[in-house]
Amino acid sequence: MSDNLTLPAQQGSTGASTETLLKVEGLTKHFPIYGGFPIKRKVGAVQAVDNVDLTVGVGESVGLVGESGCGKSTTGRLITRLLEPTGGRIEYAGQDITHAKRKQLAPVRSEIQMIFQDPYSSLNPRQTVGTIIKSPMEVNGIDPAGGREKRVRELLELVGLNPEHYNRFPHEFSGGQRQRIGVARALALNPKLIVADEPVSALDVSIQAQVVNLLQKVQDELGIAFLFIAHDLAVVRHFSQRVAVMYLGKVVEVGDRDSIYNRPRHPYTHALLSAVPEVAMDDETENRERIRLYGDVPSPIMPPSGCRFRTRCWKAQDKCATDEPPLVQISGNRDGHLTACHFPEDPTTESRGEDVVLDPALKALEESAGKD
Amino acid sequence: MPDGRHEPEQAIAGTGMGGTMDLGVDEAEALEKRPGGGGGPGPEGKPRSLWSDAWRDLRRNPVFIVFALVILFLVFISLWPSAITSGSPLTCDLSRAQEGSRSGHPFGFDGQGCDVYTRTVYGARTSVAVGVLATLGVAVLGSVLGALAGFFGGVGDSVLSRITDVFFAIPVVLGGLVLLSVITSNTVWPVIGFIVLLGWPQLSRIARGSVITAKQNDYVQAARALGASNSRLLLRHIAPNAVAPVIVVATIALGTYIALEATLSYLGVGLKPPSVSWGIDISAASPYIRNAPHALLWPSGALAITVLAFIMLGDAVRDALDPKLR
Repeated sequence: MSDNLTLPAQQGSTGASTETLLKVEGLTKHFPIYGGFPIKRKVGAVQAVDNVDLTVGVGESVGLVGESGCGKSTTGRLITRLLEPTGGRIEYAGQDITHAKRKQLAPVRSEIQMIFQDPYSSLNPRQTVGTIIKSPMEVNGIDPAGGREKRVRELLELVGLNPEHYNRFPHEFSGGQRQRIGVARALALNPKLIVADEPVSALDVSIQAQVVNLLQKVQDELGIAFLFIAHDLAVVRHFSQRVAVMYLGKVVEVGDRDSIYNRPRHPYTHALLSAVPEVAMDDETENRERIRLYGDVPSPIMPPSGCRFRTRCWKAQDKCATDEPPLVQISGNRDGHLTACHFPEDPTTESRGEDVVLDPALKALEESAGKD
Repeated sequence: MPDGRHEPEQAIAGTGMGGTMDLGVDEAEALEKRPGGGGGPGPEGKPRSLWSDAWRDLRRNPVFIVFALVILFLVFISLWPSAITSGSPLTCDLSRAQEGSRSGHPFGFDGQGCDVYTRTVYGARTSVAVGVLATLGVAVLGSVLGALAGFFGGVGDSVLSRITDVFFAIPVVLGGLVLLSVITSNTVWPVIGFIVLLGWPQLSRIARGSVITAKQNDYVQAARALGASNSRLLLRHIAPNAVAPVIVVATIALGTYIALEATLSYLGVGLKPPSVSWGIDISAASPYIRNAPHALLWPSGALAITVLAFIMLGDAVRDALDPKLR
């Protein structure tokens, strides 16, 4: 294996970037379920991630959004190879890392780093901050100029912490500071890609902005590509150039930020955007569409046939149950804006003639309120 | 020493985002709330590590100091009992049987007319040897097997779990009666071997559960994502976070092993006279508790203090190894 990974020239099908850093094709992860007595055997599988295609360009930040349990985090952990993919292909800088062993991965490990959701469990409570940030260099045998300790101080300073807190333990810091330590650890090896798995969802709202700004600063200054996994659409909008929407293990829509937020086509994207709470002043008239879904995401053990969203979709027809819609560019979409839907919505988030309220309880409540 | 806020302008060299990089007020406060008056080693101080911090912490802990001295004393008299007693535990004078305390014989005499003080001092060797060596054996065997099973899982884990189930089903005293009665050697080794054989499944189960809990933490995943090897994951990340329950159970077990040796000796399958052990003396003195309580109380008291000392020591070490409790 060569350390000099050459980046293949890539036709820019995805807009912002010209070179592809990470390319994921047909990525699949099924967690087997064992049962039976006395001999356990495989009785099913949780289809956490099913046939996901995704690309991240050099220096690009891609958002991955979706409901809880839709496979976002699993996708992130597959890409960082914390989980072994069931199928598909992960290509980093032209190199297939889908089933690479630990030793083969070594040169790539330093270039793909991860930031975790929970700053309380992602830092070893029995190691000092210095040891935590130093360990990536130790593991990969990297000796920066001026010594590892100097580099740790630089990193602490870079993420806005006092370098003199080198010798402290994680419990002496607040959640936001701990997440900064996690960011410093991820930056220790000068990575080219950071997979951020809900990096701010465990933080206070006031601290979230600080950490997002830190990540954005890091991205701007160091040119690091990000796969930003989140369920908070506002944070993703702030951070990402391109956005992929996941539902039940599949990417249902992907496109540049403007297309997803202003010209969404997939009904699920419409529903997600409509669910973002907004503060409307009294004198403002609400002119956004209003969609309220009903029920939970179906079980990934027995996902619906055809389109996986059809059980909660107001536009579903017979075709949706039989044919799985491919992720393609449908007419009216911009370049790189792909949607997996047989009956796409209009590319607008303006309010429609009638609200789509699928929740019977909410509907009844609103009807009774309307009669008064 | 400088503490708390760090100047944001320095932190972000001219990005114009200083305002957002500023630490929140509560974050700065969190830093001020360091135990020990905002002290802590300065930037140029010695690097802190888990063990050096634990040791510094232990040296200031009076409970640790007291019980560590007790244990040091016990170890000392186990190695050189003649340093504090001039008599021999086997020199007995039946004419002085059950006599109370008198000059030169502070603990009095037992039913055979042996000096209780000398026998208690000499008995420490057996108890300390059985307790320490059996616990070491159990802890090493049990925690290594349990940690490997918990870390790697799979078939090996299932097999080990079933084996521990089998060992748990063996009643300790009955097993001791059966196994040790066929052994004629009158040394501590068969007793230690028997305790290790029956004791390791307990520690292995604790270690396994503890490792499984620790390995699910994100910091283990983070280290794995950095390319850390399995041995590094186990030794640097999992073991320090999984060792606390093992230490606690091992120190409590140490006490029970000393008591178990006494029980087996009492039943006649552990050590047998002329060996000297607290268990033998307790057993021998118990029929005369009304006539000569001192012959029972001194070895029993020594046993109780020894067990307590090891348990308290284990407790202090466990607390010192947890930075959150400092």
